[in-house]
Amino acid sequence: METTPVTVNEAPGAHGPIRVLVAKPGMDRHDRGAKVIARAYRDAGMEVIYTGLHQSPAQIARAALEEDVDVVALSILSGAHNTLIPRVCQALRDVGRDDVVVLVGGVIPAEDVPRLLEAGVERVFGPGSSTEEIVAFTRDAVARRRGETV
Amino acid sequence: MAKEPAAGAPAEAAAPGRERRPRFETLSGIEVKRCYGPEDVPDAAAAQRLGVPGQWPYTRGIHDTMYRGRLWTMRQFAGFGTAEQTNRRFKYLLREGQTGLSVAFDFPTLLGYDSDHPMSEGEVGKLGVAVDTLADMEILFDGIPLDQVSTSMTINGPAAMIFAMYLAAAEKQGVPFDRLRGTIQNDILKEYIAQNTYIFPPRPSMRIITDIFAFCADHVPQWNTVSISGYHIREAGSTAVQELAFTLANGFEYVRAGIEAGLDVDRFAPRLSFFFNVHNDFFEEIAKLRAARRIWAVEMRERFGAKDPRSWKMRFHCQTAGCTLTAQQPEINIVRVTLQALAAVLGGAQSLHTNSFDEALALPTEKAVRIALRTQQIIAEESGVTSTVDPLGGSYFVEWLTDEMERRARDYFRRIDELGGVIPAIEAGFFQKEIADASYRYQQQVESGEITVVGVNKYVLEDEEQPEILRVPDEVQQRQIQRLRDIRRTRDNRRVSQALRDLKAAARSGENLMPRLLECARAYATLGEMCDTLREVFGEYRDRAIF
Repeated sequence: METTPVTVNEAPGAHGPIRVLVAKPGMDRHDRGAKVIARAYRDAGMEVIYTGLHQSPAQIARAALEEDVDVVALSILSGAHNTLIPRVCQALRDVGRDDVVVLVGGVIPAEDVPRLLEAGVERVFGPGSSTEEIVAFTRDAVARRRGETV
Repeated sequence: MAKEPAAGAPAEAAAPGRERRPRFETLSGIEVKRCYGPEDVPDAAAAQRLGVPGQWPYTRGIHDTMYRGRLWTMRQFAGFGTAEQTNRRFKYLLREGQTGLSVAFDFPTLLGYDSDHPMSEGEVGKLGVAVDTLADMEILFDGIPLDQVSTSMTINGPAAMIFAMYLAAAEKQGVPFDRLRGTIQNDILKEYIAQNTYIFPPRPSMRIITDIFAFCADHVPQWNTVSISGYHIREAGSTAVQELAFTLANGFEYVRAGIEAGLDVDRFAPRLSFFFNVHNDFFEEIAKLRAARRIWAVEMRERFGAKDPRSWKMRFHCQTAGCTLTAQQPEINIVRVTLQALAAVLGGAQSLHTNSFDEALALPTEKAVRIALRTQQIIAEESGVTSTVDPLGGSYFVEWLTDEMERRARDYFRRIDELGGVIPAIEAGFFQKEIADASYRYQQQVESGEITVVGVNKYVLEDEEQPEILRVPDEVQQRQIQRLRDIRRTRDNRRVSQALRDLKAAARSGENLMPRLLECARAYATLGEMCDTLREVFGEYRDRAIF
């Protein structure tokens, strides 16, 4: 995987390719979906950083800050989403990166979705979502976000 | 859509134009012809390739009577919440006719952390049962005599520690070790390749495994010391060919490690078992299982010089493919599971887990797991497929495909050898990259409609009714942490410290770790304490994040 480092003076995501952090919070070991979406983002011309497995919310937020990403795409199938996802959102706020688009993919019961949206997630993609749909949504969400902040 | 035949093409060439697709292939991408005949299965050396059931090279099965003699073990994987809850589910399944137990551990246990470790927050008891100490193991098997049931435990990184707790629980029940039957998965190589629940780096992990081989050969002779698993390689997105090739390559690596540790191959090889996935492509799966048996037999006899026929026989468990189950129209998963289970039976499995229809949504409910078990019972007792051994043997297509699977697996063995063997190939990211490529290709085929997934990209329902799902409440974590703290307070902490010091010394000296771990378990040392002690000596493995 190749990524292009962003210079410090560049406005975050104001121009240039969308930068995405694909992350696996907690102890979940299943990373097939994370790897597929990472590759789909890359094929769509985005710059992708994949954290690998077993990341704490603080580690994810630190990576989002250091890599200066526009999007944090979280993949979780462990059932620990109600605990971990709000913590990731909080950790992003703590490091001053509450401007990133947070997306969640995985096995999330429908009744848990409102709570995650309330915590700061932009959208939850359930099983069967297509990579095309996720990429298109990501592009729109970043464009909206850039329009609001630039 | 099929192409029109070229103008002036001979009559035979026009035929493909009438077919639904220009090319038919298996899920692994093997092209399938319209029809197979004797020319596809040459007679030369047919007896060597096929043989008869119960005889080398066991293509047709490892027993001469197969299911006429004894049905496969119906072993549903179960575990959630606390040891008490899982114990209740075990007893329910045994009452309903399940014939073996299979324990699912939660993520903290799988990664060797105690329930009160900061990383365990939110994960305790979620996707399996939490086991911190011998106390949990005692509750898990309370009222289940360990000399009368065979137990499979899906545990890898901390397999030696959990196995030590199981042995200590058996001691408490008064059951001698030589009466224990069961399996610890203990397949660390596939963890680095696909499943990601490793703790230590590959080389010390292999040493722990050969320690288990040696200990069991002396003390727990009926125990399957490793279940070499393709299941997770497949769930991570591999093809059937990759699953076959990588699993067997791992198997050979364990055999090599055992021999290099100074063990006689016939002393430990009979206790190696396998675990395969059964996916949707019916004939490819059957061919995969038949090819696996044959390759193992040939290699064990001819490459590793095993003389005991028990070392040649590949015994395996199958599980239907969890990754094929859909959250959409979940009831139709029952049909997928039925077909996959039938393939496992026609492929000659010794043990089978059928997935529950609601597993793409959450942990299985009691009703869903009962239906999954009934699916096996119907195949076993109503369908008649168990009346004859290897009923598909001799089918031109099945024999050709079995040969083709073997040929493709052997191509992979050559590539792995060129990289210097399994561990260097893991370190180079070879397996991880091959699987990621296959997984991405599959996703693209599903999205383009080239592969149909009923209910997902075809025959979709607009309004879906959501079935009832099982949830593990967050209070489970609090209860588990409380029990752990009570144990830490009431146990003999001096005995624990001494046992952990002895464990560390054994890790440094190269002495067999199992007796030391057994003493730690008896003293109620926690899983996290045992793993941390070894982390200090062996270090930790980090994911290479290849995509």
